Amino acid sequence: MKPSPAANPNATPGESVNPSAQMAMVGLRDLCLSYGEHRALRDISFEVWRGERFALLGPNGSGKSTLLRILSTLLRPSSGTAEVDGLDTTAHPAAVRNRLGVVFQTPGLDIKLSVAENLRFQGYLFGLSGKKLAARVDQVLERFGLESRRRDKVETLSGGLKRRAELAKALLHRPALLLLDEPSTGLDPAARRNFWDTLDQLHAESGLTIVLTTHLMDEAERCGRVALLDQGRTVAVDTPGALKRDLGESKVVIETPRPAELKPRLESLLGLEVTLRDGKLHLPPNQGTPAGASGGEKGFDVSVIQRLLDQFGDEITAVRLGRPTLDDVFLARTGRTITGSGDGDGDGDEIREAGENVSPGEGP
Amino acid sequence: MTDHTASPIRDGMAFWLPTWSLFAREVLRFVRQRNRVIGSLGTPLLFWVLLGSGIGESMRPPGLGQGMGYLTYFFPGTLMLVVLFTAIFSSFSVIQDRNEGFLQGVLVAPVPRLAIVLGKVMGGTVLGFGQGMLLLLLAPLAGISLGWEAVLGAAAAIFLSALGLSALGFLMAWRMDSVQGFHAVMNLLLMPMWLMSGALFPASGASPWLRWAMVANPLTYGMDALRGALHSGAERAAMGGQPPWVGLAVMGAFAVTMLLLSVWVASRQERG
Repeated sequence: MKPSPAANPNATPGESVNPSAQMAMVGLRDLCLSYGEHRALRDISFEVWRGERFALLGPNGSGKSTLLRILSTLLRPSSGTAEVDGLDTTAHPAAVRNRLGVVFQTPGLDIKLSVAENLRFQGYLFGLSGKKLAARVDQVLERFGLESRRRDKVETLSGGLKRRAELAKALLHRPALLLLDEPSTGLDPAARRNFWDTLDQLHAESGLTIVLTTHLMDEAERCGRVALLDQGRTVAVDTPGALKRDLGESKVVIETPRPAELKPRLESLLGLEVTLRDGKLHLPPNQGTPAGASGGEKGFDVSVIQRLLDQFGDEITAVRLGRPTLDDVFLARTGRTITGSGDGDGDGDEIREAGENVSPGEGP
Repeated sequence: MTDHTASPIRDGMAFWLPTWSLFAREVLRFVRQRNRVIGSLGTPLLFWVLLGSGIGESMRPPGLGQGMGYLTYFFPGTLMLVVLFTAIFSSFSVIQDRNEGFLQGVLVAPVPRLAIVLGKVMGGTVLGFGQGMLLLLLAPLAGISLGWEAVLGAAAAIFLSALGLSALGFLMAWRMDSVQGFHAVMNLLLMPMWLMSGALFPASGASPWLRWAMVANPLTYGMDALRGALHSGAERAAMGGQPPWVGLAVMGAFAVTMLLLSVWVASRQERG
């Protein structure tokens, strides 16, 4: 049984499948969710196509995990509809659950049981048993490189292996749609790379539709399309490339030990508004040159870097010229950044989203 | 998967397989955590020896028949405490499963909610029942002679009490997200239920308001049925008490009510 009959097995990871020929795997229409006065989701409408890898990108509290909980049938929308494979998540939760593989942020494995026991248990929940189940368990263990650890208790596995085991568990019943909530949270960089390589392979060989939430730019970049979420609204839905192209071709970022001091001086020199983000100074995209000086040219005037180095050479650690990032897109559209103004890459272990709590019921 | 609205698994397997596996997991986890075995069997036994021998001589609760030692009276109460502790531990595991994310994984599987409730509650029930029966072997030490009739009657009372308490625990624990919160339920509801069940002192000697509380307490009936099975006719006559079937019927009705309420609570999809 293929995960989905309409999935395109030749789809390359990261590329979106042409939507016109196929029914959407996920369809959201005017989806709203309120906890009393607090509106967690407002009028969300978009589709995820079959075989697509789709990211919900937004800061903590943007509603992305709440949206994922609605898709996984754990949460009822206040109004509007959410469909998986053409089935309403509220009207047909059991049928939707059959099509879903879900990996939540909080690990779903029983740490006191072995890897194989966990997988068998998952199989029973989906009505698999006997030889068929044994074959499936062997298959996913091999597929995810867990063969040698099958008899080990889950609590003895490393973080990366645990996440692979989660993935194996979510895919045991061959779902058509895989939902991942902040999949690389808590993983070290090597394990994170490994996890994404696995996802790439999986996507390439099975044509599985994947929807994931993330607040990390590089993860969203690896998806076919991205929905930018901010305060419960979709700000934009498009490919990462198209979103960034809208902003322009180039962008200058300046690294300095004392960014706050340098910021006003830089602004008066260039006549531009400079933003301080992640301890770095960002010039507005596509405006490497002082306003009006380049005559509407889209290209980049390298002399601005020369001027920066001439003026502030001693105070600047590095000047980088690159393309706008998804964070720039988010900033341009919302006036806020995804990672916030803190430093680091925003590995948000410590931040939890409103309404994301694992307990059912009580909103704020 | 051509039929889009029906679940591909629709026979009885779709119900009993998940129920059985959730139940088996409970038992497996229990056996693998030795401290749980010690905690739920050892603590009541210790209570029995310490309270029974300590209080027994100095403070003799009113209403006890002549010639009945407190160790004998307290033994069925100890049995019930084992059952209660097991039910509490199994309720803790509901909260633990939720916090660890395991429960979410089960909730997004196409499993009937009744299967989730039954798997969990039967886990607590069978573990409580098994330990209760194990402890029953010590009854001769408490001066209780075990005939077949006594064992069967005690088994029925222990089983129904374990079922009722486990289902009550599930109901209380289902919507909680912290084990600390459940401590309040344990101390304010479950422990008083045991204290006022006739486990420690008979209703006949208690003050009127307490007697009413004991009449309203469902566990009193499980306790009474257990005493009916274990104490001799003369001892029962001195204490008073209902015929065993009354206790069993009330406890059974309570257990079924708690089970139905649990299924109802677990079936509700969270609403924004």
